[in-house]
Amino acid sequence: MSTILQIKNITKRYGGLTAVNDVSFDVNKGEILSVIGPNGAGKSTLFKLISSFVPATSGEVLFNGERISSLAPHKVARMGVVRTFQETTIFRSMTVRENIIVSHHLRSRASLFGFFLGTKQAKDDEAAFAASADDIVDFLGLQAIRNELASNLPQGHLRALGMAIGLATDPKVILLDEPFAGMNHDETMKMVGLVRRLRDERGVTVLLVEHDMPAVMKISDRIVCINFGQKLAEGTPQEIRENEKVIEAYLGSEDAAIGM
Amino acid sequence: MDTKKLLGFAVFLLAVFVLVPLFIGATGRVDFFYTLTSVALLSVGAAGVWLTFYIGRINIGQGAYALVGGYVSAILVTQAGVSFWLTLPLAGLFCAAISVVIGLPILRLRGVYFAMVTLVLTEVARLSALALPVTNGAKGITSIPLPGELSFFGLTIIPAFGSLSNPRIGFYMMAVVLMVVTYLVLWRIVNSRLGHLCRSLQQNEELSASIGVNTAYLRVLAYAISSFFGGIAGAMFASIAQSIYPSSFVVADSVNFMLYCFLGGLGYVFGPMLGTLLLYFGWDLLSIAKQYQLLVYSGVMILLMLVLPNGVLSLLDKKEGRA
Ligand SMILES: Nc1ncnc2c1ncn2[C@@H]1O[C@H](COP(=O)(O)OP(=O)(O)OP(=O)(O)O)[C@@H](O)[C@H]1O
Ligand SMILES: [Mg+2]
Repeated sequence: MSTILQIKNITKRYGGLTAVNDVSFDVNKGEILSVIGPNGAGKSTLFKLISSFVPATSGEVLFNGERISSLAPHKVARMGVVRTFQETTIFRSMTVRENIIVSHHLRSRASLFGFFLGTKQAKDDEAAFAASADDIVDFLGLQAIRNELASNLPQGHLRALGMAIGLATDPKVILLDEPFAGMNHDETMKMVGLVRRLRDERGVTVLLVEHDMPAVMKISDRIVCINFGQKLAEGTPQEIRENEKVIEAYLGSEDAAIGM
Repeated sequence: MDTKKLLGFAVFLLAVFVLVPLFIGATGRVDFFYTLTSVALLSVGAAGVWLTFYIGRINIGQGAYALVGGYVSAILVTQAGVSFWLTLPLAGLFCAAISVVIGLPILRLRGVYFAMVTLVLTEVARLSALALPVTNGAKGITSIPLPGELSFFGLTIIPAFGSLSNPRIGFYMMAVVLMVVTYLVLWRIVNSRLGHLCRSLQQNEELSASIGVNTAYLRVLAYAISSFFGGIAGAMFASIAQSIYPSSFVVADSVNFMLYCFLGGLGYVFGPMLGTLLLYFGWDLLSIAKQYQLLVYSGVMILLMLVLPNGVLSLLDKKEGRA
């Protein structure tokens, strides 16, 4: 098993507040790793640091041994590290299919000027994007809403669309921030299956932040638990479940039971 | 392009290049040429403003680029003896170049902050024109010669305007050609991936970056194209008036460029063109209201924005049941 992502002593301070404090861990290629922790623990900030959306105060992130933490976010995406957002983030005034097609941008071989002129390469690209978008629509089971305007979609579908947008970039590592939020049990189980297939069929390494503990326990190969910005524990679901510090952190917090 | 669009385009070309001149010839109202030339050129500038709206930025600074474009052309023609036809693209390119330098820092701003900075730009341009030695201060640059002949390998493409019996027709034709080309370019941008990416920027910049779009580059690119349009429009205006002054384009002009876009509709490529036409003629028609002209005008504008927030062209949508 090889390491695809190394997070090394990463720290993020907002003024006096240390949102992420000296966190280190490795992510193996092809694994599903979950980051858990109470509200405000610094999980989303950690994801923003990995995808280089916010600059780290100190520390670094390596992708396949290469430092990515000071690159512009679109460059990190170009290398294959793509995040989805905790807040429902989609292109509101586009249809589901348009959302997915436009998100294929990284795969274009024609230049922007080529697209403007409508060169053969550009037309080939567009055709390939459309075909791939239809694949993704099928993969995520979005056929029925493919031509629906994104702003009209219910929460569950928005989550799936967020993932579809991420998939369109053809990521090597995808960071999913609370992919099951706002879903009922059945929807969550369906999504858990999809995330698995993402890894199994498309070979994508998955990092996810989630509060739904049963789902986390079910899906994860490994779990990293953080609290007040610091790493508390790291291990298999079994190890995390029995970890004293983790149990304590969750008992002391508002969102109570870790639900195991 | 499907046949219906192609047909519409052909009718439009016929109207602006043949019917309008015929009509003006028949009625003898040659002053209309001047009015319609202004509309065409203003709509070129407005097309640029519309493109910045398309990436989600409110641009109230197009007057600055029109002024700069006008001066670049005027200076090159009067002081370096460059052919007007060459100064036209040069004015556009010069404006695009400075808009890159200005845009890099200010395009990071969003919403009202960007809008305020662009508003100030027009004033900065005016004050610079007053202060710089090359622009000749408040006296401006006058007696700019009419455009000369444009020829390639001895073949005359455009005759010297001075030799025309009515240079107004020449300017009108030229302005309309510019307008048609501008809107073809704009239409093509919007309907290609370039436009789709602009829309993604408008709707969510963070997500756009996360799918790998170089958002900073795209913003500057769109702004540079926008300023290019502003620059060539300004150069044409200077040539028509045969003069340019620091006050040739002021803040009110920048605001008008923006209003043309609002009125026509921000969601429609041809919105700014229609908006310019309606607003320009609307203002003239309202001169019957005498001293209340501005009051009535403002009132009507406010009313229109309340009733048709998506612009006049959104009326078409409703009729076709697409809204
Ligand atoms: N841009 C910011 N400026 C200042 N403080 C911030 C900023 N972003 C996050 N924080 C703070 O950093 C801490 C960690 O926030 P973060 O969003 O990473 O938590 P989280 O673990 O994702 O929480 P949740 O489970 O509620 O999503 C919080 O105290 C938050 O208020
Ligand atoms: Mg969060």
